[in-house]
Amino acid sequence: MKPILKKIIAALTLLPLSAAADWNLNLRQGATSISNEIYDLHMLSLWIVTVIGIVVFGIMFWSIFHHRKSKGVKPATFSHSTTVEVIWTIIPLAIIISLAIPATTLLIKMHDTSEAQITLKATGYQWKWKYDYLDEDLTIFSALDAESSEVSQLDSGLNPMETENYLLNVDNPIVLPINTKIRILTTANDVIHAWWVPDLGWKRDAIPGFINDNWAIIEKAGVYRGQCTEICGKGHGYMPIVVNAVPMDEYKMWVADMKAEQEAKKNTSDMVLTMQELMTKGETVYKAQCLMCHQANGQGLKGAFPALAGSPLATEPAKRLGHILQIIYGKGIMPAYGEQLSDVEIAAVTTYERNAWGNDTGDIVQAKEVAEARSNKL
Amino acid sequence: MSTVTQANDHDHDHKPTGLKRWFFSTNHKDIGTLYLIFALTMFFVGGSMAMIIRAELFQPGLQFVDPQFYNSMVTVHALIMIFGAVMPAGVGLANWMIPLMIGAPDMALPRMNNMSFWILPFAFALLISTLFMEGGGPAGGWTMYPPLVLQTGAAFPFLILAIHFLGISSIMGAINIIVTVFNMRAPGMTLMKMPLFVWTWVITSFLLVASLPVLAGGVTMLLTDKYFGTSFFNAAGGGDPVLFQHIFWFFGHPEVYILALPAFGIVSQIIPAFARKPLFGYASMVYATASIAILSFFVWAHHMFTVGLPVKGELFFMYATMLIAVPTGVKVFNWMATMWKGAMTFETPMLFSIAFVILFTIGGFSGLMLGITPVDFQYHDTYFVVAHFHYVLLTGAVFSLMAAVYYWLPKWTGHMYDEKLGKIHFWLSTITANVLFFPQHFLGLAGMPRRIPDYNIQFADFNMISSIGGFAYGLTQLLFVYIVIKCALGGKKAKALSWEGAKGLEWSVPSPAPHHTFETPPRLTKAMLEH
Repeated sequence: MKPILKKIIAALTLLPLSAAADWNLNLRQGATSISNEIYDLHMLSLWIVTVIGIVVFGIMFWSIFHHRKSKGVKPATFSHSTTVEVIWTIIPLAIIISLAIPATTLLIKMHDTSEAQITLKATGYQWKWKYDYLDEDLTIFSALDAESSEVSQLDSGLNPMETENYLLNVDNPIVLPINTKIRILTTANDVIHAWWVPDLGWKRDAIPGFINDNWAIIEKAGVYRGQCTEICGKGHGYMPIVVNAVPMDEYKMWVADMKAEQEAKKNTSDMVLTMQELMTKGETVYKAQCLMCHQANGQGLKGAFPALAGSPLATEPAKRLGHILQIIYGKGIMPAYGEQLSDVEIAAVTTYERNAWGNDTGDIVQAKEVAEARSNKL
Repeated sequence: MSTVTQANDHDHDHKPTGLKRWFFSTNHKDIGTLYLIFALTMFFVGGSMAMIIRAELFQPGLQFVDPQFYNSMVTVHALIMIFGAVMPAGVGLANWMIPLMIGAPDMALPRMNNMSFWILPFAFALLISTLFMEGGGPAGGWTMYPPLVLQTGAAFPFLILAIHFLGISSIMGAINIIVTVFNMRAPGMTLMKMPLFVWTWVITSFLLVASLPVLAGGVTMLLTDKYFGTSFFNAAGGGDPVLFQHIFWFFGHPEVYILALPAFGIVSQIIPAFARKPLFGYASMVYATASIAILSFFVWAHHMFTVGLPVKGELFFMYATMLIAVPTGVKVFNWMATMWKGAMTFETPMLFSIAFVILFTIGGFSGLMLGITPVDFQYHDTYFVVAHFHYVLLTGAVFSLMAAVYYWLPKWTGHMYDEKLGKIHFWLSTITANVLFFPQHFLGLAGMPRRIPDYNIQFADFNMISSIGGFAYGLTQLLFVYIVIKCALGGKKAKALSWEGAKGLEWSVPSPAPHHTFETPPRLTKAMLEH
């Protein structure tokens, strides 16, 4: 049987499962006072256009049923009426003014980012988010979780219906305090992205070289999920946002924990791992960071993303340092990973790439070598 | 009327044959036919890409295509449908009908007319060839925002060159229409006597001439940014990625009306014909069209509310955008008043026109909602936008083009099309297009971003419904091809006046229209100038 037919049959067998999904029809009300005001404005405009629609289409359908030749009517001959024209210019004008007034008030309110208690900077990367807590000297990277990533591969054979929060889950969710005015800055490292959590009531483009700002006061504790909303390349659908909103004291504890955890991770350059450990760790890192472009089988995508399997960079002994440096500093459209990966993670993924998919170089790269590569280059 | 017909029948109707007729043609009718056939072909090419998109979105998970290829489908589908299907179809109608409607023997610049058509197949060959290149086709969206578009591989220069060609072709077509209408009207055909279709095309042509060079400038700056080290759009070199968006949408918003205004013209011809009653508020229709065209140059940034404009800028563009609802409303009310107390019949062109008025208005409603800046922060770049522009472009522009083809097909072929099949085509198209696009409003409101190949399961049901509608709509259009071919090959003979209530000079020439018409200007009576 042709593979395409197989896929169609597989697709049809999934049909009944979809009954479990949502039938949500309307805009989300969200978790901030702004998102609620937006919802109200949305409903106001929706009702206005619905009423206009009922009136206009009602008249048209009345006409369609009554003014038809088959009923023997003689067509009227009138062709204009200044009075009528003036009326149906003024009424729409009045309606849009009545919409513009609340919209103006709300828009001005949304632009007021003053007196924020916490500032969070979200930086878009192809394809993950970096978050800087500017008041806390805390930076975390947040990318699609491993399970979604695996299930979402072409022909993965895994069922998204059985994956919790499919494509809306991340490895490191960010935590924000409730009832606190949070200023959220957005920018990007490579191409334009957009940061959107529907329950916060807005989205804002993340533009390389520029910083946008916005704000939110989250009123209800909970987990809020969102996605990148500006096409940013192959992984555009795969860079979700997860915000865990908690009371202030819990937030403070989380910040302290994260800092301690990062401190512990910082000094990994002395870690010596076995080949087996490096390969396991390397595979995890590879799946999270590299797989989107270089593919699970290391074959890349011809013309867009080079293959690693059998490539000189990942196999030749002379290019071993170059391999490490390219991961640290990036090349062309490949982003730099030096900032987001620790020495041991870079060592592990380098080892993995030099031994997976038949590369079999037997090379073992330890964290120390990565640390040296970093310092030599500088 | 019959005297005029005879007066035009004395010519030899000289018609070259074979390759010479089609490749070297300077005849507005043949070039019009070429445009229309090309547009229909591209409608199916772009449509098959839409089928790939809908197949991938049929259910969550990635079943058929790689995300990069999915992105290039999204990108090329849009470029083909806009520049390859809707615009050439509109120009084809203008070519065929404007000389017939104003009593001119041909377009004013026939050789340029030939060139503006024959550029198109080459331009689209360039564009479509990129899909087979290493690295794939352009995949950054039809809006081509940098820096993403600069990551395009070998396809990039082909994309830019194709855009340039399309622009040159459209500008030449537009100049031709302007020159024809201002110089070649039959004596007595004053501007305010012209059929509304001609008016909308004149205004559209000015939009084309004013906006396309801006796009050409923008994409050339992309080209130099990529290959010659300039930094127009690169912040690291002192440029600004958002500058491109301003340039693009200064073209892009008028472009929306380039697609929509001819549609307004078409239904303004058809509704009076089948209501057997003059168009209500002709003068206000002309003024409304002109107002929309002028306003369209002042609203571009409503496509970019989320880029971080200053609050005053956002307010200005919000007000200007909402203002467009006024002249657009006038048009809808005028169509409604044209139908009021008419004696309507509901042949296929009328059905498509009525569906146009209703469904385009629904697209206008969501457009008004999108124009409200604070709420747009939620709607922007979601499926709500996808639903909005497909309502105005598919059930809007494309439906009006379908209506136009059914309306003028008897004049082109000399045969009546199969009315029963036409009605089946109409009902299937209308039902399936709504099944296809209405649920997308819900998806957008629930939070599904556009241009993603895969989604969370909360979006599964409406995507599946939408895909089913999509496949059905696609299949239905094959019926349209069958109806057109059947009509071209034979059928009930069409009279010169193919529709009882139709008005206008095009109905004074025989059906099919002879190869050459109005070689001497028709003498117009007052009755012939009624619209």
